[in-house]
Amino acid sequence: MSQPEQRDEVEMLSLMLLIRRFEERASQQYQAQKIGGFCHLYIGQEAVVCGTVAAVRPDDYLITAYRDHAHALARGTSANACMAELFGKATGCSRGLGGSMHYFDREHHMYGGHAIVAAHVPLAVGMAFASKYRAEDRVTLCFFGDGAINQGSFHEALNLAALYKLPVVFICENNLFAMGTSVERSTSLKEIVDRAEGYDIPGTVIDGMNFREVRDKLSGIVGSIRGDPHPAFAEIRTYRYRGHSMSDPASYRTKEQLEKYRLDDPITRLRAQLAREEKLTNEQFDRLDKEAKEIALASVKFAEESPEPPLEKLYDYTYAMEPARPRAQGENSGEANRPGGGPPSKEKASA
Amino acid sequence: MREITYRQALNEALAEELARDPNVFLMGEEVAEYNGAYKVSQGLLERFGPKRIIDTPISENGFAGMGVGAAMVGLRPIIEFMTFSFSFVAFDQVVNNAPNMLTMSGGQFNIPITFRGPNGPAHQLGATHSHATECLYANVPGLKICTPATPRDAKGLLKTAIRDNNPVLVLEVELLYSSKGMVEEEDVELLIPLGEAEVKREGSDVTIICYAQTVPLALAAAETLENEEEISAEVLDLRSIKPLDLETILKSVSKTHRVVIVEQDRPFCGVGAEVSYRIQKEMFDGLDAPILRVAQEDVPMPYNEKLEKAVLPSVEKLIAAVKKVCYA
Repeated sequence: MSQPEQRDEVEMLSLMLLIRRFEERASQQYQAQKIGGFCHLYIGQEAVVCGTVAAVRPDDYLITAYRDHAHALARGTSANACMAELFGKATGCSRGLGGSMHYFDREHHMYGGHAIVAAHVPLAVGMAFASKYRAEDRVTLCFFGDGAINQGSFHEALNLAALYKLPVVFICENNLFAMGTSVERSTSLKEIVDRAEGYDIPGTVIDGMNFREVRDKLSGIVGSIRGDPHPAFAEIRTYRYRGHSMSDPASYRTKEQLEKYRLDDPITRLRAQLAREEKLTNEQFDRLDKEAKEIALASVKFAEESPEPPLEKLYDYTYAMEPARPRAQGENSGEANRPGGGPPSKEKASA
Repeated sequence: MREITYRQALNEALAEELARDPNVFLMGEEVAEYNGAYKVSQGLLERFGPKRIIDTPISENGFAGMGVGAAMVGLRPIIEFMTFSFSFVAFDQVVNNAPNMLTMSGGQFNIPITFRGPNGPAHQLGATHSHATECLYANVPGLKICTPATPRDAKGLLKTAIRDNNPVLVLEVELLYSSKGMVEEEDVELLIPLGEAEVKREGSDVTIICYAQTVPLALAAAETLENEEEISAEVLDLRSIKPLDLETILKSVSKTHRVVIVEQDRPFCGVGAEVSYRIQKEMFDGLDAPILRVAQEDVPMPYNEKLEKAVLPSVEKLIAAVKKVCYA
């Protein structure tokens, strides 16, 4: 049931491979202490974001939480810019000022990268509000984890979206754990999707290990929203193979559970589907995987060789003089935004 | 010039900016059909319609966050808090999302949003409804904060705030909504830059630094000091807390050599603490007396009228402080 907005499956498989190989490299570089702060990996969940972007337009708004590397890559941010951001380099997608949890890419309609759990859900509603205000048919895709559904801002946002009939899809990436706390230990409902019913928002449960199911169900949801703005809720059931962050050994879950999901791996599954339909040979798959590995490896080299953000621009991003603009190709510096206030000691009185 | 109320001045600012820019909208509790809890948005729904004047449920975090999201994609929201005491429910949006976005995104997303509403103690509203929030928000890089005390400043600063490309907090004064003052005619474009203090009364013996609801208080004290103590007090209204107009402050202090700061917030880490630090750092040798501050007492606001009065700055407390720095 391929729809006009859907993207080529082999291309999407190769995107899933890129995400996985990128995250593996990020993990390795984190352990080598090239990456600071927190680092949350997406391995295991690739079909969720790839299935979603395969079903939407490139100019639909996308916003997510802190496990965000894959969302930027899926949107078209280069692996180089993503890895450089982890290294805190000026060539990073947020110029090295955001880090792992704060990826932004205006050009590719990636609106972050938000690290306070559920604090971005109202932002998504505001973005959808803007679309409706301007009578655009854009849809906002708001990703968050199962940990977000018990925050007040999540509930306020769902109510507002339903009240104002705004074109937003709330996508709960249910990977069964909010850090180390399982859904059954955090949530009064048995089924997360039932949260939506309380706000009169239609809800759907989707197998997040199955790329095609994610894509097809999202296609249907997004299609229904375009002509008739309203919110929708998708609980996409998935699994992260790694811990919550790099410092988490994930001792709160069993090996058996992890193995069960690994056997249902989203990349393996899509590969098998394509192979069965004679759309992909083993050789082609190996070539795609090799390319993904090469891109990820090259991104490490790019990040290592990139410059640090210049110290003299420290105050350039605190206040904007002009509305921010998308970065021009290859532009690495912050000329777009001169300081409004500047350093405290240099306010008007320094003369 | 004509005389209008502080409330009317704010209303005109909103109406003019809504008419000027289709990306501007006003959102908050009771702003539309109720015409504003304090009637600041009177008539705006009728004129601009429900698309641009939007009533919200009581969800401060939710609608403040909506404003930030809408600002990320090019709208220019005005978010009304019924009082800034309620902005704490939206603290995460005001402090974490609005001012951090530009830096976190490496300069890609500025947030042109105005948060406005009454701030500071009013009259016997008790501890939860009497917060003066300026010192809390002034601590956050990326926010701008203005505190108009007159109808003219209210109109000019709010219009500037709405046009600013950053998150700006316009901290209004509930007790001044009905106060009157001279303002330019409606056909005059009145824009007052953020970060410019104003000398509201000239003097030569002491500088009284004030803002928001302590401005009328300082003017009253200056009048009494002139008449009864022969002390000539210069009254300097900060108008903006951030950016802070240190130049105008230092110019005044270099004339008077004595300073009293009268502020509506709490003493510990209050606005006056920062202002006095900056003055002594720049012109320690130019001071003839230690800088004194008159602020609230450091207690949660009591309901009882007499106790509330004891907590707040007053003309009497200010006069006593001025006499002390003048060794009078």
